[in-house]
Amino acid sequence: MGSSMQTDLEKLKELARQLRLDVLDMTTQAASGHPSSCWSATEIVTALFFGGILRYRSDDPWWPVRDRFILSKGHAAPLLYAALAAAGYFPRDLLWRLRQIDSPVQGHPIQGMLPGVEATTGSLGQGLSLGVGHVLGGRLNGLTYRVYVLLGDGECEAGQTWEAAMAGAHFKCDTLTAIVDYNKYQETGPISREMALEPFVDKWRSFGWHVQEVDGHDIQALIQALRQAQAVRGQPSVLIAHTIKGKGVSFVEADYTWHGRALNPEQAARAREELLR
Amino acid sequence: MRLGERAGLKPAKPMRDVFGDALLEVCRKNPKVVVLDGDLGNSTKAETVRQAFPERFFNIGIAESNLVSIGAGLAACGFIPFITSFSSFLLCNAYDQIRLCIALSNINAKILGSHGGITLGKDGPTQMGIEDLALVGGWPTFTILVPSDPTIMHKAVAAAVEHPGPVFVRSSRVAMPYIYPPDACPFEIGKANVVRQGHDVTLIGCGIMVAMALDAAAILAEEGIQARVIDMHTLRPWDVETLAAAARETGAIVTAEEHLLQGGMGSNIARIVAGIHPVPMRFVGLNDTYAESADPEDLLRKYGLTAENIAAAARQAIAAKVART
Repeated sequence: MGSSMQTDLEKLKELARQLRLDVLDMTTQAASGHPSSCWSATEIVTALFFGGILRYRSDDPWWPVRDRFILSKGHAAPLLYAALAAAGYFPRDLLWRLRQIDSPVQGHPIQGMLPGVEATTGSLGQGLSLGVGHVLGGRLNGLTYRVYVLLGDGECEAGQTWEAAMAGAHFKCDTLTAIVDYNKYQETGPISREMALEPFVDKWRSFGWHVQEVDGHDIQALIQALRQAQAVRGQPSVLIAHTIKGKGVSFVEADYTWHGRALNPEQAARAREELLR
Repeated sequence: MRLGERAGLKPAKPMRDVFGDALLEVCRKNPKVVVLDGDLGNSTKAETVRQAFPERFFNIGIAESNLVSIGAGLAACGFIPFITSFSSFLLCNAYDQIRLCIALSNINAKILGSHGGITLGKDGPTQMGIEDLALVGGWPTFTILVPSDPTIMHKAVAAAVEHPGPVFVRSSRVAMPYIYPPDACPFEIGKANVVRQGHDVTLIGCGIMVAMALDAAAILAEEGIQARVIDMHTLRPWDVETLAAAARETGAIVTAEEHLLQGGMGSNIARIVAGIHPVPMRFVGLNDTYAESADPEDLLRKYGLTAENIAAAARQAIAAKVART
């Protein structure tokens, strides 16, 4: 690895840290939200938006050949908003209006309400189908963009996710990449206890997908895997990103009872200290 | 007696065949229209497009949730998707998908629910869309169109494509007679058509019940009762003006629909009329019941959806009006 790449990687890690802090501030101020679900996916979103994977123009948000990013796990909306603000889609000031009256910064994303928000999500299990639709639409329009869908692991329990997986392979959507934020927890407990997904890799493979497993907090590994996915032909690809729910804040990590909870100001101060360490 | 015979209406082919023709027509005119099918294209007649424009036709299989969300994705790419299946399967299976990705997102997508009502007949209550209008009513951004004759179906499908935003169009397996001459059929979304003038009572129908109401008006005319008949082809936005005029000028209203009474056309009209100019009303429709497998005519008779039922309801409404004055 050359020194400039190392510098880049350091920059990306610093960006990821800032996204985590933004999510903390947004949700603590709103006194609600799902920070732990944002923190497990922070490196994934960093790699996509700032690691040279997604092609976009923040000053032309609906640029027809932009790559699409669909946040299927809509409860990670604060992370999406923080990334869009960092990418220059809208001023950072808007972030502090999360969940406030008369604000476009809705608790879960609503299509077109903010520049860069591609899809309405929040009822889980629908994002991958939308992604297939975007691929088919791009094909009909003769455009060569790629479509990225970030899935939660819990929503892989939904039948529709597998309907979409079937359709993605059937239509040979090789411009479609799904990334599963496999943080191993859903709202009420460990996935393995509540509704097991394993053998997870086998499931995707048997549905006709190109599968890679990756450390979902290793930005460099994520970028490498996403690039490899771009080279796949004739089938869609999925990254099973192994992550830690609440990553970055020790007392939130891997504790599912934090799923739909924001940190109070005192807890947030402790979290900030840890994140800045 | 054949539907529309008393009113002197000419017979036509089944509405689903008319829909297939209408869909093909809009696909010819507008290259942005794409058609999504839930593996029922030969029943809904959406398959006309599969033959003519295979690249713009997608059979998503027996997976209504996926069908709707893929359609929403295509809409986000600038296409105008016509998402088609049986009304009951599409709305009941994919209610949340339509709510989230179409209604709440307020995108330019069209839902075609075929086999509305009980007149699909022998396949029975599992396939019948008797709650579909109530379900679509639950999405505030949806325009709701219920064509009553072949010409209106063509106009409704074309208008759905022209109208930006979510539109639901109801189709049926059954044949509905010609109510309008093909060259003189007024159609504007949200503007109901008065298809018969009268001052004693107003009969309001949608879909097949418009022809039925015209038959009822013919029965009533023999008794010296002049009924106004309204084709309420749009159930949102409501034509409040035409309803207000009917209430004021005729003083009694009967609604008739091939749908459950709860949450359908009649209950909504009652809400509107009550707010402007309350008059005695009676309601023809399915009263808290599922239907069964049988010949459509037998079903209409057993479940109280005939011209005689409408005429009887009209007499009651008129009697209530007279009692009040």
